[in-house]
Amino acid sequence: MARSSQPLSLTRALAGGGALALLLALTLGTVGAVWSKASFQAGLGPADWAAIRFTISQALVSATLSVVLAIPTARALARRRFRGRQLMVSLLGAPFILPGIVAVLGIVAVWGRTGYVSTLIGTPLNIYGYSGVVLAHVFFNLPLATRFILQGWLSIPSEHFRLTAQLGMTTGEVNHLLERPMLRAVVPGAFLLIFLLCITSFAVALALGGGPRATTVELAIYQALRFDFDLSKAALLAMIQFALCTATAAATLWIAAPQGFAVGMDRPARRWDGKSRRHVLTDQILLLTVGLFLFVPLLSILLKGAPNLLMLPPQVWPALGNSVAIAITSAFCAILLSLALSALIVSLTARWKRSAQLLEIIGFLSLAASPFVIGTGLFIMLNPVVDPFKAALPITIAVNAVMSLPFALRVILPAMSRAEHFYGRLGNSLGMTGWTRFRLAIWPRLKRPVGFAAGLSAALSMGDLGVIALFAPPDMATLPLTMYRLMTSYQMAAASGVALLLIATSLALFWAFDKGGRLDHHIG
Amino acid sequence: MIRPILFAAGLCLGASAVAAQDKPVLTVYTYDSFVSDWGPGPKVEAAFEAECNCDLKLVGAGDGAALLSRLQLEGARTEADILLGLDTNLTARAKATGLFAPLTNRPTHLDVPVDWTDDTFLPYDWGYFAFVYDKNKLSAPPNSFRDLINMPEDFKIVIQDPRSSSPGLGLLLWVKTAYGDKADTIWEGLEPHILTVTKGWSEAYGMFLEGEADMVLSYTTSPAYHLIAEEDDSKAAASFEEGHYLQIEVAGKLAASDQPELADQFLAFMTSATFQSIIPTTNWMYPSVFSQDGLPAGFETLITPNESLIIPEGKAEAIKDEALAEWLAVLSR
Amino acid sequence: MTITLDNLHLRVGDFELRADFQIEAGHKIALLGPSGGGKSTLLSALAGFTDPVGGRILHGDTDITNLPPAKRPVTLLFQDHNLFPHLTAEQNIGLGVKPNLKLSASQKQTVREALARVGLQGHGTKRPSELSGGQQQRVAIARALLRDKPVLLLDEPFAALGPALKHEMLDLVAEITAASNTTLLMVTHQPEDAHYLADQTVLIAEGVANAPVDTKTLFANPPAVLQRYLGS
Repeated sequence: MARSSQPLSLTRALAGGGALALLLALTLGTVGAVWSKASFQAGLGPADWAAIRFTISQALVSATLSVVLAIPTARALARRRFRGRQLMVSLLGAPFILPGIVAVLGIVAVWGRTGYVSTLIGTPLNIYGYSGVVLAHVFFNLPLATRFILQGWLSIPSEHFRLTAQLGMTTGEVNHLLERPMLRAVVPGAFLLIFLLCITSFAVALALGGGPRATTVELAIYQALRFDFDLSKAALLAMIQFALCTATAAATLWIAAPQGFAVGMDRPARRWDGKSRRHVLTDQILLLTVGLFLFVPLLSILLKGAPNLLMLPPQVWPALGNSVAIAITSAFCAILLSLALSALIVSLTARWKRSAQLLEIIGFLSLAASPFVIGTGLFIMLNPVVDPFKAALPITIAVNAVMSLPFALRVILPAMSRAEHFYGRLGNSLGMTGWTRFRLAIWPRLKRPVGFAAGLSAALSMGDLGVIALFAPPDMATLPLTMYRLMTSYQMAAASGVALLLIATSLALFWAFDKGGRLDHHIG
Repeated sequence: MIRPILFAAGLCLGASAVAAQDKPVLTVYTYDSFVSDWGPGPKVEAAFEAECNCDLKLVGAGDGAALLSRLQLEGARTEADILLGLDTNLTARAKATGLFAPLTNRPTHLDVPVDWTDDTFLPYDWGYFAFVYDKNKLSAPPNSFRDLINMPEDFKIVIQDPRSSSPGLGLLLWVKTAYGDKADTIWEGLEPHILTVTKGWSEAYGMFLEGEADMVLSYTTSPAYHLIAEEDDSKAAASFEEGHYLQIEVAGKLAASDQPELADQFLAFMTSATFQSIIPTTNWMYPSVFSQDGLPAGFETLITPNESLIIPEGKAEAIKDEALAEWLAVLSR
Repeated sequence: MTITLDNLHLRVGDFELRADFQIEAGHKIALLGPSGGGKSTLLSALAGFTDPVGGRILHGDTDITNLPPAKRPVTLLFQDHNLFPHLTAEQNIGLGVKPNLKLSASQKQTVREALARVGLQGHGTKRPSELSGGQQQRVAIARALLRDKPVLLLDEPFAALGPALKHEMLDLVAEITAASNTTLLMVTHQPEDAHYLADQTVLIAEGVANAPVDTKTLFANPPAVLQRYLGS
């Protein structure tokens, strides 16, 4: 990147440094806190090594499969226009934000022994085992990968497609010239996100994994903290998760190559390639299959929850208010954090490429963090200073913001780096500085990705049980917590209504932010 | 965009303002489902506050084992006066922390299936672990573990993981007390029938209600919920010849409590008729002191195990580790 | 061959444009008119990037209204984005020969000749970011040259260049089109450009593209629409 980008100003260093400090405090800091309370040092037993092997293996398979399926799906969505396309893209956000238990019941309703598929083929399927784990993880993450890769497709300037059309390029040639470089830039990051999400999976992996063979590191951490009260082992396992994260992040960022496309004039993308019958047909079949795979479980959740929506217990409404307030605030904080961190990384890239890359890797850390370790570590850190229960709300918001930071960063960092590269110079040349420069030269290019990132993090915070379960005062419930409480009180029907309300609200938030980001997209 | 932050900050301030009151505060740590609006918590709080002229603060976090871990983290600095929600599998570990004070008063009568001699913890309810099934779908449920093993291959049960769930641990100890050294062969026989193992009770019970499994590990009292709250008599617990493992839930007073008298008052209240009458239809367990009117209508339909199995407190920790290793070895194959 | 716009009707959002005339081969034609008047839209329709809502476009007797862009007898040079920034100048030109860039030795030689023809010898391995604005458009012209289509459409590709450079470019285009008897259609909103290069002018204003007329005649006796545009 050219050295002409903005010099590292004090504001940028302070804001970026602050975001970095918060991130490190909640990840490595909490592990350190847990470690500091450990009374004896334990090693890892054979069971722990088995858990580590299983964790890596299932995460690799799940992430690979999700990405491999997401590429043609995103391409089909990028080059086809059909009724319901926008709805499909919006609903892609849904599986990812489902609370684990709801997703498990949704998957079971379709793929279980008495599920739709078993009924259809007349013999009970048995998905429990390795395939069940992968199935669940692909269900969660295929849509996420598709959204990320679709974002990559939309970032190819429409002018480039226009030029390929004039030059008479075939679908394969367009793929070679434009799509592959884009994929090389986008896919490693998407793979990494999903790999890390699968690493920390626990309840879902166990429930569909059929037994203790499906023990992940996260379960081992939970066991160490809850069952054995072995803090040193919990800290050790948490460090292993971070090591896995760092190694994978370094590898994928090394593979990823910046795509170097120009910035278009925001002409609406229109495609002239992929018009042959064969391409149209394969795209249609693919979209239909993926659509059924993703949306039938959602439909089963909808059908089960809908009759109970009218009879929700009154406690649900304040919980809904809490959840929405937390989600919006968390999303806002997550965006601020990732803007600050992105600005720092972009400034550093010009001079100290290595440290910029290191920061980018650190930006992924919170994905590999165990919520139990964060909760316990925070408790240890805060308890001498402040009653963690009184600080439940700010703690939850901070943790949610940091937990969704990797997603927001993945979306915002490339956009900011491109905006700086192409429009930052323009801003500099016009003598714009500071806030004006950001507002006029950079922000307009960031609105769309920021909207998407804010939607993602709001929906994530909404559906996440998170640390509020560890700190929540009894009168301060969130929607997921209320759902779990209903379930433990046998009220499965009411819980299914709450689950539906939760999904609907998360989607609405996601949609509102995502839409907000593209409001004035077509002007000019 | 600044408004949500102000709103959130306002919520925090509001919450801390409410907490400031003049009455003495008794803090009780308990598991989350106890404090939930559908659990005993709200009724218990109202009833106790009506007679104690105090503020009863119920703090819910996780389940019994998670509660104990949390107390260990806080140590003597804990704000808790009472810990409510451990079961007998955890009391030895709890006593070893040295954080609990011995009981000062003990009730003269307890309706618990074993002789209660513990000097630190007092039981407030109890129940038996059992496999629950649907009578409409299963006319001849297995009547023992061996019978269950001999069921056709496609007869499936859902259980919970002993590492993350109390019922899961209960089943582990159930098999161990019933079969001792032969427990691993029982697990080998059960293995083909175990559809899956879940993190907690809710996942397993939800999957059972979906029709995914023929039986689910729960409590002998579970059918009472469906009968009383939903007027659905289709659920029943299978009675096992080996007897059923007993779970007794207890509470104890913290040695560092700054409200020791109030804590004693609460423990006395806990075995009173008022508290005990709340338990059966909110926590769906047997009360530790039966009321003079007997149990709520519907409880008489529940099965009564021919033997109550329980591991003596001192041995629980050692047996637990051994049984878990066995379980992991067999099911991880 | 003649290009016929047969009752052509274009619509982009609220904007509408109608055209009904013929363009004879070999002419150099300026499309003159106010900004936002539809000049670019007309070129875009000729090149196949905007679908008409009515009417036909004929090349000779062949209806090309529904042909995909690459199958049309035209090359369109855009205002910008004529090059792929991640490819070298030679590769960008090579795309005009073979879109998969698997060029034979003689094809590579052709590319180098085209590069030389636009005065860029030795710049073949540079990427667009290493070239000046004028050089970038020269690369695009070189590619148009190799595509060898009977009609060349210029959508103000030289608008960003200074007057001297712009005349240089127009001369280059004039030289190339003259050699191959290529028809040239060029968008401009400056009458002097029309005078400089075009023997005919199509006036586009108020939703109508008028039939081409001799440039000198037009300016000697400007119709009302042109007078309003010129502000005289």
